[in-house]
Amino acid sequence: MTRAVRACLWVLFGAFFLFPLYAMADFSTRNLIKGGRTLTAWANLFADDALYQAIITSLSLAVLTVVAMLIVLVPTMIWVRLRTPWAKGAVEFLCLLPLTIPALVIVVGLKNVYLWVTYLLGESALTLTFVYVVVVLPFAYRAIDAALSAIDLRTLAEAARSLGAGWTTTILRVVVPNIWSGILSAAFISVAVVLGEYTIASLSGFETLQVQIVAIGKSDGPTSVAASLATLLFGFVLLLALSLVTRGRRRV
Amino acid sequence: MTTGVGVASTTGVSVELNDLTRVYGSVRALDGLTLHMEPGEFIALLGPSGCGKTTALRILAGLDEATSGTVSVAGRDITGVPANKRDMGMVFQSYSLFPHLTALQNVEFGLKLRGRATKDRATRAGDMLDLVGLSEHVDKYAAEMSGGQQQRVALARALAIQPSVLLLDEPLSALDAKVRTQLRDEIRRVQLEVGTTTLFVTHDQEEALAVADRVGVMSRGRLEQLDPPAKVYADPATPFVAEFVGLNNKVPAEVVSGQARLLGTSVPTLAGSISSGAGTALLRPESVTVTADGAGTSTVRSVAFLGPISRVYVALPDGAVIDAQLPSAQARTFEPGSPVTVGVEPTTLLVVPQTS
Repeated sequence: MTRAVRACLWVLFGAFFLFPLYAMADFSTRNLIKGGRTLTAWANLFADDALYQAIITSLSLAVLTVVAMLIVLVPTMIWVRLRTPWAKGAVEFLCLLPLTIPALVIVVGLKNVYLWVTYLLGESALTLTFVYVVVVLPFAYRAIDAALSAIDLRTLAEAARSLGAGWTTTILRVVVPNIWSGILSAAFISVAVVLGEYTIASLSGFETLQVQIVAIGKSDGPTSVAASLATLLFGFVLLLALSLVTRGRRRV
Repeated sequence: MTTGVGVASTTGVSVELNDLTRVYGSVRALDGLTLHMEPGEFIALLGPSGCGKTTALRILAGLDEATSGTVSVAGRDITGVPANKRDMGMVFQSYSLFPHLTALQNVEFGLKLRGRATKDRATRAGDMLDLVGLSEHVDKYAAEMSGGQQQRVALARALAIQPSVLLLDEPLSALDAKVRTQLRDEIRRVQLEVGTTTLFVTHDQEEALAVADRVGVMSRGRLEQLDPPAKVYADPATPFVAEFVGLNNKVPAEVVSGQARLLGTSVPTLAGSISSGAGTALLRPESVTVTADGAGTSTVRSVAFLGPISRVYVALPDGAVIDAQLPSAQARTFEPGSPVTVGVEPTTLLVVPQTS
């Protein structure tokens, strides 16, 4: 492939991906009434109390989902690989299952469960954490599974234990540092999924960022687009951070 | 390389494996293994793949559980003690250095878990790396070291915690021949220096015979023989040991009154041989003599040069081929097709029933 063709492809695909973002930036900074440019829509991200609260809720949900997902998934996957390898297929099946079930079905299925959840924990949007942990499982599982496959987990764990490390120390000080890139990938993908999730939150009646964006979009287009673009940029920054952080780490 | 700088010698402890059995489904990986190790002793468990030697080592390390039987160290029953409480150093077959830590940090790892002060553990880890000749590689990561260097660091890491027992699970098998020999000798030197009771698992008889105080030959989960290397080699207790350790020729023999008659010679039989009648003698290549003889009924088939020694393959009158190990200077005089006479050095032989 000649350099010219390669350059053309770069420009073509760059334009394909960047043009919508440019259009969003353009629209969100356009003064629709007086003409010219304004940052009112971007200021609304903080000035609009409902939108600001939705952003805080979504970010809190993202953090809680990542923490809960890592606490549940990482030790389970390590344990399955080390102690119950015969269960790996079943665990993989369970983790990938949410990918095949439409969000609408999940919401209907979880309705009864959430009656108990809201009864015990209140009507907080943060209770969505439980269902989001399930929703991000397929993506997180794949990322962590790939990282675990890249190391000799059994030997590393046995070496650590023979040196006097208990299971917690083995996982936190030996395994986790060596699957760090997988954990970061799982975490960032989970954040992206949670910040982009609309169906479950909307049908469950919780005010998350995506629900607010849709609601605001009906009356204030530029602010709605500004919020969408901000979410996208946040995702890009996360992915950039992921590549920078993992690039510097030494691997065998 | 400096040796023993700041490395305190430890007094080894006794180890007792009592009637260990390990069953995996329908497979008996260990079948009543009993082994006693004297304090400071270096024992090599030798055997083919699947004979149970690694299972025995892993049970001693606490990484596997015996179906029945007990493990005692220094007279204390540790059968139910988890691996991280057993105070044993282990070097694995595959490279086991923690990839995110430098060589020094790897060696410090066990010391850190034991709450040793930062300065103290850095000094100790440095001394251990010095002991294995890697004092100039302290800041290297596993990915920046050769296989031999990684195993040296693993040995230093295992010894840094001053373990009661050192366990070596085929640590040389992934290395090339030259490095393997060097590291093998180094392991023995270091073990003698620190005095730790050591169990070394290998399927390489040369390794086992070269470094161990005693060699245990295992087959199908059982210990066939446990003796000093020279005795295992010269006085095999069972046909399996005779066949597994060293190369053997199988020559028809007739046993009469404790004497085996073969190749026109009569030699004493070893304990465990058949008492009388026709059998098969297991004859080491170095016990075979070959003499140039124009009237000889045997014929040289080929000569393989192996440096100081050579292998001479001779076809006997009945068509069977026998393997003789001779000094290369002598072997050089034989040409393929030369008529020769084959005999047996004065030695003792194991003669097994013809069906074996």
